[in-house]
Amino acid sequence: MKLTVAGNKKEYEEGLTISKLIELEKVETPEYVTVSVNEEFANRDDFDSTVLKDGDEIEFLYFMGGGSR
Amino acid sequence: MAFTDEQLERYSRHIILKEIGVKGQKKLNNGKVLIIGAGGLGAPAAMYLAAAGVGTIGIVDADAVDLSNLQRQIIHTTNDIGKLKVESAKETMNAINPDITVNTYHEFVTSENINDLIKDYDFIIDGTDNFPAKFLINDACVMAGKPFSHAGIIRFKGQLMTVVPGEGPCYRCVFKNPPPKDAVPTCKQAGVIGAMGGVIGSLQAMEAVKYITGVGELLVGYLLTYDALSMEFHKIKLPPRGKGCAVCSDTPSITELIDYEQAACEWHPGDKNA
Repeated sequence: MKLTVAGNKKEYEEGLTISKLIELEKVETPEYVTVSVNEEFANRDDFDSTVLKDGDEIEFLYFMGGGSR
Repeated sequence: MAFTDEQLERYSRHIILKEIGVKGQKKLNNGKVLIIGAGGLGAPAAMYLAAAGVGTIGIVDADAVDLSNLQRQIIHTTNDIGKLKVESAKETMNAINPDITVNTYHEFVTSENINDLIKDYDFIIDGTDNFPAKFLINDACVMAGKPFSHAGIIRFKGQLMTVVPGEGPCYRCVFKNPPPKDAVPTCKQAGVIGAMGGVIGSLQAMEAVKYITGVGELLVGYLLTYDALSMEFHKIKLPPRGKGCAVCSDTPSITELIDYEQAACEWHPGDKNA
């Protein structure tokens, strides 16, 4: 199936969950990443159980501090 | 009030833009922007807004200029080391444009002072370096109905979003709660490329200018990310405002400002809102 992850369309195996995708994409600080699927935020409690489907658009949103000191 | 010849010349490149014109420049001259943090993001934002003739600019910062700041905080110079950042920033801004009023606030933002700080300003720029401050700015601005620009920078990456309360999602819609202390690296720990503050801080200044003049589309409902290594900007569309948000939904659970310093240590990733 094809997923669009962070704006890039790629081929992934069927049955992929959000948690598995986070692992596969080597997401930094995975405990604190916000995930959106098709412009809806996914609940962290559902990362293990949410199976992604063909055409889904996934974004990872990261905490970013910095700026002053 | 009509422009003097000197003002007409100073702002001529703005005035010639059909979207700005004399009318837009007057709006800028009457505009009031508060910049929280006179560092990597606040420095370029403050300089561009001063140059643009934003009539009243407030700067909040509790720190003094340190040698390690100068690699990116271009509003301060080597001669300013040891000086209060707000004073050093004010000097540079007034040297760029003596026309403007710069108000300095030598303090950290807290739940006690933030409402007083933001109340007289039209637009707020979050140029802080820590999550307790970022959440405090978000919550205070949402509660007071003040538009603001959030941004963060680290290593070769940066991101920003504009929040107009009631019109789009807020920072807490996306990030829920501050991460525990030291769980997410800071610039001090991880480094940041100096020009990143220039890119993202200038974009924050751009949003302030657009808000004040009413020109163009604000970055409301989007998080714009920038990766300098791949040289890619990516605009992430966010879900609509307030869906279950603790502060900006129609039935908020957070109705008072929170100073997170303490609570951050007690936060666990398993928490419901994590």
